[in-house]
Amino acid sequence: MKKKHPLLGWLYLLPALLFLAVFLLYPLIDVLVYSFEEGYNFASQSYRGTGLYNYAYVLRDPYFIRALKNTFIIVIITVPLSTGLALLISLGLSKIKFLRELYQTVFFLPYVTNTLAVGLVFMILFKKTEYTDGMVNLLIHAFGGSSVDFIDGPYWAKMFVMCFYTVWVVMPFKILILTSALAGVPEVYYKAARVDGTGSFRIFTRITLPLISPMIFYLVITGFIGAFKAYSDEVALFGTDLNAAGMNTIVGYVYDMLYGDSGGYPSYASAAALLLFAIVFTITMINLMVSKNKVSLH
Amino acid sequence: MKLVLEQLTKIFPGREKKNPKDVRAVSEMSLTIEDGELVGLLGPSGCGKSTALNLICGLEAPTSGRVYFGEEDVTDLGPEHRGVGLVFQNYALYPHMTVRQNIRFPLENLKGAQKLTKEEVEERVQEAARIVQIEELLERKPAEMSGGQQQRVAIARALVKKPNVLLLDEPLSNLDARLRLQTREEIKRIQRKTGVTSIFVTHDQEEAMSISDRIVVMKAGVVQQCGRPQEVYDRPANLFVAQFLGTPRINTFEGRVKGGKLFIGEDELLKTSAPDGEYSVGIRPEGLLVDDAGSFHCGVTAVEVMGRDTSVVFTHAGSGEEQLRAIVPGGSVASDKKEQAFSVKPDKIFLFDKESGERVELS
Amino acid sequence: MKDYGSIVKQDKAERRVSTVLRYLGLTFWGLLVLFPFYWMVLTSIKSYSSYNSEVVPSFIAKDPTLQNYADAFTAVPLAGYFVNTLIFTLITTALMLVVIVLAAFAFARLDFPGRGPVFALLLALMMIPNELVVITNYVTITDLDLRNTFAGLILPSVTSVFYIYLLKENFEQIPEELYKAAKVDGTSDLRYLWKVMLPMCRPTLVTIIILKVIECWNSYVWPRLVTDDPSRFLVSNGIQEIRENGFGRENIPAMMAAVVVISVPLVVLFLIFRKKLMQGISRSGIKG
Repeated sequence: MKKKHPLLGWLYLLPALLFLAVFLLYPLIDVLVYSFEEGYNFASQSYRGTGLYNYAYVLRDPYFIRALKNTFIIVIITVPLSTGLALLISLGLSKIKFLRELYQTVFFLPYVTNTLAVGLVFMILFKKTEYTDGMVNLLIHAFGGSSVDFIDGPYWAKMFVMCFYTVWVVMPFKILILTSALAGVPEVYYKAARVDGTGSFRIFTRITLPLISPMIFYLVITGFIGAFKAYSDEVALFGTDLNAAGMNTIVGYVYDMLYGDSGGYPSYASAAALLLFAIVFTITMINLMVSKNKVSLH
Repeated sequence: MKLVLEQLTKIFPGREKKNPKDVRAVSEMSLTIEDGELVGLLGPSGCGKSTALNLICGLEAPTSGRVYFGEEDVTDLGPEHRGVGLVFQNYALYPHMTVRQNIRFPLENLKGAQKLTKEEVEERVQEAARIVQIEELLERKPAEMSGGQQQRVAIARALVKKPNVLLLDEPLSNLDARLRLQTREEIKRIQRKTGVTSIFVTHDQEEAMSISDRIVVMKAGVVQQCGRPQEVYDRPANLFVAQFLGTPRINTFEGRVKGGKLFIGEDELLKTSAPDGEYSVGIRPEGLLVDDAGSFHCGVTAVEVMGRDTSVVFTHAGSGEEQLRAIVPGGSVASDKKEQAFSVKPDKIFLFDKESGERVELS
Repeated sequence: MKDYGSIVKQDKAERRVSTVLRYLGLTFWGLLVLFPFYWMVLTSIKSYSSYNSEVVPSFIAKDPTLQNYADAFTAVPLAGYFVNTLIFTLITTALMLVVIVLAAFAFARLDFPGRGPVFALLLALMMIPNELVVITNYVTITDLDLRNTFAGLILPSVTSVFYIYLLKENFEQIPEELYKAAKVDGTSDLRYLWKVMLPMCRPTLVTIIILKVIECWNSYVWPRLVTDDPSRFLVSNGIQEIRENGFGRENIPAMMAAVVVISVPLVVLFLIFRKKLMQGISRSGIKG
């Protein structure tokens, strides 16, 4: 048999490596460089000096602080809420037979929809205009409440819609993963528990939950990462000028610094992006440490 | 606790496309198990024995018939209320709990008047662990133990709540041969010690016969015979039971009775009081005696030396089977023998009706 | 003495109640999921005047009209957005497939110096969020003068480290003996890849393709950065443009018609590949 040329493998890898080098590896180094270049000018591509000024600027920027706060609120509300709700729904799904596939299909629908497009529908449902109070306010009236403008109104109303929509968008993935995790628990454990006279709540807390805990932690970790990168759902609801709406997120801040009316500051954008990365990295590490202690892998 | 099954029937409805027919897994099963008895439920796979077990513990609801624990009708009761202990085929130990937590689990479910104090719980766990001799393994996780050890834990978990009935579903099938022998003795010992009414399901006749007080042989959902192991072996109710019990398998022949004599092929075997006619004849391998003057003439295909015994593989014109066997004392047949005559032990030979397979008394 | 009869009765009642609650809960969430879709279609067939005269939103359209769909295609360049997205999606997915299949094959079956370290580097890159590199990519594409071109849209998204990894794992599950047998028969690597490996890994490939198509169809951030010429907009940017400038801000029914039009392709794709997609995702845990 002819000996293969040792470089043949590299040939197969070439396209991938080329793209990765240009669009992933180089930018990674470059973004670090940018973040330390002070007073970078996009037009002349020149800078004054190097240092931590960009980080200091970003951390003092009220827009960034606001974005940080918004992002954290979204993360803290939506990750536990969506995971818990998905668990509840998956449990329900796992215990029914009739119409199960239909439910599963319906629940999965948001996964394949354009979040910008459906966000527009949410906006219409929640928005209050001169002509009409909107669908949701109609419901609030029906229960005797007074109408709220969820899109241009008070901060907490906007945050509510934001979290509601975020949960709506992330649920399909979580339901799917948890449903298959639940299906993966051998039936025999449930039989054993029933024979031993275990109540259904205790079966859930003592058997089901520990056995699917690796998947739950996986969802919590990916959920944190995803929620920290929230952006396009916000745009869908509140438009591209998120600073004006007071609903900007860290990622939104990065893009605003880079591009558009407020853009042209790649150094600030880089500093903000690296700060985001640092936050996400830290939280993921904490999550992993907690899960190592809590989750018994088998 | 005494246990009574009355006309128990379980029909699994057919699925629309794949299996359009209903499956009658258990059919009119009636059985009384006395307090403290160890009963082996025996049959080939798919005979309904596991379904019967599920009906007894309540994991399945019967289509018709009743189940009584003592005087109580428990037919409609869920498994959680029946107070049964169940040992699963693959043990079903909770992988995320230690052995101690596994054994303790059923006790923590007790409510109301049955609720135990912490000390009582620990005491019961220790006691159960002592009975199955795993006291030193209590802090391990199931994955860190051998199959035999897991098996003991599973039994301890089933026993710890002092069940009315202990059910074991193929408890030995996941163990290797040596461990199986050892563990079945162990099960017998534990059962004797605790005196709990026990039912165990197996497809291995040797296993069932060796430890059961009584065995119940099932086929296609129907109980074929029920009795003490030796009695069932010696007086099988029908051809199926005769074939199912005993290794090597019983030899079967086409035979006929004419004028009070039993013939297989041209060979006249013995006198009988059975009516004239065609029969299926079964002869246990140990029922053939090497006897050059014997009337049963066979062609020898192989002589397998096993040490104490010798297994003679032979053919006979009266049987379609190629692998008939006789177990004879070692050295009694030379290895190059091509033909051998045998005489038969009358108590090792059975006549079966050709239509129904039911045994017909030889004399 | 326990009262078995009452235990049985209580058990049955509890089971019935929990079944009813279960279906109620599931149906509630189902309605919550479906309602926006219903509202979207409903609004899109209401006429402009009837929609705006509804102080209390109506749950049915009294005289349904398709006028909004005509408007969606004439008043704004929706067809253009559509074609752009289609081109973008097809080319990106096709290019990505070639790139990742070759790379995964190299990692899974070829032995070459440096394979281990390169693969480790690749795994490390999986952790890098897109947000971090998008800044430089934006500058790169601008410097290369590729803004408002398909090349600028497509190039940064033709590789996916995760998909290379996923495919490599899948390739490695094909027994090595098959590869050796093919080599003995004189089959070339490429032919083996095409004739044996790809057909055997079809489920994974299908999952990857569908997920990439969904990703492309819904991509918003990158296209927004590198296109400001509406004739190069993809549907997501188109929707945003329509929202901010198109139709006059108040023509909600026409907006909804546009939303329906861009949502339909993916929903249809999903309904066709429903089982494969859901299996693929739950098996590999891809978030998409």
